Amino acid sequence: MNNAVAEEKTAPSTEAGVNVKPSHRQPGGVDLTPQDRRTVGTVTVDNAIMSARDVNVYYGDKHAIKSVNLDIARNQVIAMIGPSGCGKSTFLRCLNRMNDTIESARMTGVITMDGSDIYDRRQDVVQLRARVGMVFQKPNPFPKSIYENVAYGPRIHGLASDRAELDDIVQTSLLRAGLWEEVKDRLTNSGTSLSGGQQQRLCIARTIAVNPEVILMDEPCSALDPIATARIEDLIDELRASYAICIVTHSMQQAARVSQRTAYFHLGDLIEVGETDRIFTNPRHKLTEDYITGRFG
Amino acid sequence: MSEPTGNATQRLPGTLRDHRLAAEAVARGLKARYWAERRFKFYGLAAVSLGMLFLAVLFFSIISKGWSAFRQTYVQLEITYDPALLDSDATSTKEALAQADYNAVVKAAMRKLFPTVEGRPNLRKLYALISSSAGFELQHRLADDPGKLATTERVWLLADDDLDQYYKGRILRSEVESTRPLSDQQLDWADQLRKSGAAQLRFNRQFFTSGDSREPELAGVWGAVAGTFFTLLVTLLLSFPIGVAAAIYLEEFAKKNRMTDLIEVNINNLAAVPSIVFGLLGLAVFINFFGLPRSAPMVGGLVLTLMTLPTIIIASRAALKAVPPSIREAALGMGASKIQMVAHHVLPLALPGMLTGTIIGMARALGESAPLLMIGMVAFIVDIPKGLFDPATVLPVQVFLWSDIPERAFVERTSGAIIVLLAFLIVMNGLAVLLRNRFERRW
Repeated sequence: MNNAVAEEKTAPSTEAGVNVKPSHRQPGGVDLTPQDRRTVGTVTVDNAIMSARDVNVYYGDKHAIKSVNLDIARNQVIAMIGPSGCGKSTFLRCLNRMNDTIESARMTGVITMDGSDIYDRRQDVVQLRARVGMVFQKPNPFPKSIYENVAYGPRIHGLASDRAELDDIVQTSLLRAGLWEEVKDRLTNSGTSLSGGQQQRLCIARTIAVNPEVILMDEPCSALDPIATARIEDLIDELRASYAICIVTHSMQQAARVSQRTAYFHLGDLIEVGETDRIFTNPRHKLTEDYITGRFG
Repeated sequence: MSEPTGNATQRLPGTLRDHRLAAEAVARGLKARYWAERRFKFYGLAAVSLGMLFLAVLFFSIISKGWSAFRQTYVQLEITYDPALLDSDATSTKEALAQADYNAVVKAAMRKLFPTVEGRPNLRKLYALISSSAGFELQHRLADDPGKLATTERVWLLADDDLDQYYKGRILRSEVESTRPLSDQQLDWADQLRKSGAAQLRFNRQFFTSGDSREPELAGVWGAVAGTFFTLLVTLLLSFPIGVAAAIYLEEFAKKNRMTDLIEVNINNLAAVPSIVFGLLGLAVFINFFGLPRSAPMVGGLVLTLMTLPTIIIASRAALKAVPPSIREAALGMGASKIQMVAHHVLPLALPGMLTGTIIGMARALGESAPLLMIGMVAFIVDIPKGLFDPATVLPVQVFLWSDIPERAFVERTSGAIIVLLAFLIVMNGLAVLLRNRFERRW
């Protein structure tokens, strides 16, 4: 009886999020019970750099993320997977407050970085974004030279005291992004003249030039061909040594290849978190299993 | 129940008969489709040709009427700077020379050219062939070189506008004598002058260097051009920064709420307000309330700023909207502050569009006359304005003024001024296109 009431209560919120195509809903069209929506697996880690507690995000009336708890560990790649509209990108954008730019977005809950609340009024958003860099789905280099693209961050944050130091940062960043050999002779060319994969690596170089602690990647390979994708994945694996990386991806193979932990989102709920190997070999939640076996999504 | 099933089987794809049916249906409609396409093409072509035709007629009519204003009849006279006429008390001082009667010298030269003409009425008709400015011209020449006193030189002097119009074929001998400005006798003299080569059509320097005048041969557009320059300078200096700043604020910083919606609707409305209303506003606010001078380019510029601002704001907002959001996200994601995002990334990309919008707004302001009538820029002003507070007029108003004057020589000058105005417009619009092509960046 209690269950039935709860079901009725949850129904409207799912209905409000009806942007999602029917195929993304629970097979059979059954709404989730509260038990189903409880996160399976361990959300906490020992060496967390960021932790989200009871995070809810609303876009106007739409409840996009529902009470999500999740830790981001240092020197580890965490992959966020799930069907379209499940809130994984929204969650990612909460971590560096990019959702602030969307007027209708509202967020409750707490996200801390090194113990301090990043949504605290004293937390400067510019400083936060210098610590939590972001790489977007579509490669979006500035329509400026390759050099200027990478030098922009250090320049606005005042990280280089003179030209030589700036040159050094640019070179190091391009080297680490694996782009140096390809562009070292044409640093003055426009960043937009590069190929898609190169542009995305330029965006990564641009992000690591300010030496952040966390790098957020929102489907960084969805606009790239398989060869460029493989390069980016190798790069992510190398960068793990120095950064905490959160990657949102639609490709389960990619999640399996690059990540150590995986979080599965479904209609705004964090359904299951765990070691990537374990999630892909032995999912505990029915929804996770259905998704990774390709039954829907 | 049976009927729908029957239909369904017929509609089901996969049978040979249905393929053929579909192909036949396509073929039936094909002709009509292509015909509609051709018809639409024809309408488009017809519309374009009609537009081009009207444009060609406009240009032909204006240029054919106005081209002759750029040439003006000059008469060559043998001028003797006779000391008896100019320096009666033989002092040769500057003051004495400045006050002397130079017209007498011109008249003497005319008498020498037509020695047979006698009697005051006839002589007066003869003198009327030369512009009344001829005396001043000689005065300047002598003032520049006082050594010319008592010498003789051949000088090209401005002819009177009626003589000029006769040579240009706008006054005809076939007209009834009493209705034309020149008598038969004057026409005879004119023919003689032309035959002897003493009268020539030359480049009309006067038209491009002088201000307005009651004498057509002395009237020029330079006063109006200078007035236009000062007026548009004020307009540009005020409307571009204000318009761009307003657009940036509304587009990038303002919260999207009912207030900004209201502002947006009102800006769009302002763009459609008749310009004369802005003139009335300028009269009430700038002149009557703030006490700024009438006919001043400053006030004209302020009024045109009010008129141009909505255009610039709308164009600038459109240019800002056209900057892809991914650039904004990239900048913010790098930790740029909002103002850095705008200044470093959005503004450089939007600037060409903003400049284009501004130039188009300025071109509109350049052609505007109605609001300036309201603030007194319609006055008859001979002096060339030297600053923002000098009385001035602008090109379109000059056109309006001249078009009202009955003298025939002003007809071609009206068209001449329109040509000058059109030239400015074409240059400005060309500049807008050039800027757009030059700085448009692709990403």
